[in-house]
Amino acid sequence: MIGRQRDENPAGIHLPLDPLPGHTSRGRLERVLRRGEFAVTTELNPPDSADPEDVYNRAKIFDGWVDAINAVDASGANCHMSSVGICALLTRMGYAPIMQIACRDRNRIAIQGDVLGGAAMGVANMLCLTGDGVQAGDQPGAKPVFDLDCMSLLETCRIMRDNGKFLSGRKLTTPPQLFLGAAINPFAPPIDFRPYRLGKKIAAGAQFVQSQYCFDVPMFRTYMQQVRDLGFTEKCFILCGVGPLASAKTAKWIRSNVPGIHIPDSIVKRLEGAQDQKKEGKQLCIDIINEVKEIPGVSGVHVMAYRQEEYVAEIVDESGVLKGRQPWKREIRRDDQLVADRLDHILHDEITETQVDMVKTAH
Amino acid sequence: MSETTPAITQATLVKKAAPKSDYKPADVSPQRRVQRSFAVRLWSVRHSRLLEWFYAKFSDMFLLLHPLWKRIGYGRVEGPIKFVEKRVKGFMFDCRMCGQCILSSTGMSCPMNCPKQLRNGPCGGVRANGNCEVEPDMPCVWVKAWEGSRNMKHGDKILDVQKPVDQSLRETSAWLRVTAQAAAAREAARNAAQNTTNTGASA
Repeated sequence: MIGRQRDENPAGIHLPLDPLPGHTSRGRLERVLRRGEFAVTTELNPPDSADPEDVYNRAKIFDGWVDAINAVDASGANCHMSSVGICALLTRMGYAPIMQIACRDRNRIAIQGDVLGGAAMGVANMLCLTGDGVQAGDQPGAKPVFDLDCMSLLETCRIMRDNGKFLSGRKLTTPPQLFLGAAINPFAPPIDFRPYRLGKKIAAGAQFVQSQYCFDVPMFRTYMQQVRDLGFTEKCFILCGVGPLASAKTAKWIRSNVPGIHIPDSIVKRLEGAQDQKKEGKQLCIDIINEVKEIPGVSGVHVMAYRQEEYVAEIVDESGVLKGRQPWKREIRRDDQLVADRLDHILHDEITETQVDMVKTAH
Repeated sequence: MSETTPAITQATLVKKAAPKSDYKPADVSPQRRVQRSFAVRLWSVRHSRLLEWFYAKFSDMFLLLHPLWKRIGYGRVEGPIKFVEKRVKGFMFDCRMCGQCILSSTGMSCPMNCPKQLRNGPCGGVRANGNCEVEPDMPCVWVKAWEGSRNMKHGDKILDVQKPVDQSLRETSAWLRVTAQAAAAREAARNAAQNTTNTGASA
């Protein structure tokens, strides 16, 4: 038990945690949320390379600041390293990835296979998404699959976990143990339908949801009010999506080019009025976190800092959402460190021992 | 979004790099090129309550005709019925003949017209004006479905979670399938009732 952190398997960081009653997964994120702690998740910018170090380096900057890392599945329909691949690397190093599954690229046969594969590698959290249309990405000529939609995908994963069966009814020898997630966008029309849609997702199997970027806190507050009235906050953990805007120009560009992200004029004005727009963007993100964390029913934040990942730690720190808690951090265990220190001279000191010397020292 | 503000997306770059030619299709997706006007589709959504009433009567009539269909053979009537169904629903709802019609659960707005073919509600990409993310000129199928469902008597069926589409039923008649299933259910109920009265009589 030397130097063991909370939510870590003593037999090895890459192993699943002990099952707890009432938990459907053996992951860290579910434990944090079920303990009632304010969770912080973030997104890993997937590399366009085959080098595992790229993934490790990008994950390292979140060390000790986040509870789980989203491994995106070709977000924006752009080609990157697959979410399954990223998850394989991250679970090896003990991180808690959230494997995103988009319905755009794979049919139900491939998806169910990936769910099993992911779970076997130790992925405890899966986020079921519909996915952006192919027209948004770098290969607009690709065939959009959309065999399942996010709802039937959630249901498929739930059936695999709870009934131990494929969608076809064929039995699984070992069902995957998963914490199922979904995405919500309270900021896009039809606004009155959005809370009910969350209800549908919960009925289909969602246990936690991450929202689209929230820049309009009053709008989010109204949504949360409706969701609370419908009793959904007791059935599902809601994580609010936040992120820093690099500048007023970026904000305007996102507003007119990225469907589904709603940025009110007041935000753009505030950025325009600032001396250092980047710093103001970060401050704005912190202010939004401070506002949304007070809304009843919000269980955490999902910090999306695309190409500004280095700010995630600062944002989390300055907003104080962790209240002094330190999420799991990859570090050398103290007993390993002890051994490493003792053996250090063998590795680094220039000693060439001959067998004769060894016999002499032994006597 | 660091210093390099993505004023140019990867998609734009790809589009720019595409070979130049005089002929450029006007619309984004092949679906949109087939379908140019949404007037009838939108009319159907506006009159969803009327259509719901009509559909209920219509399916009752089809069920009444079940003995006739059975005598001729469902296999034999499929051709002509499918021909009519495809044209009528194609005109009214821009039907895509998925063969498992859920119009009554989606406010009389056909979900197969959604470029992502979502059957359980709108994606997160709906534009602020209520139009589609993929096809900017088309009103989102699900925004319309929600509006349509609010007029309907059983509009709350929109809240049911729908099963994934069975692709093997494409280009088959949903009308006949629903009728045959309803007839089978009626038969089963009748048999069950008969069995209980029989056992009741014997006991």
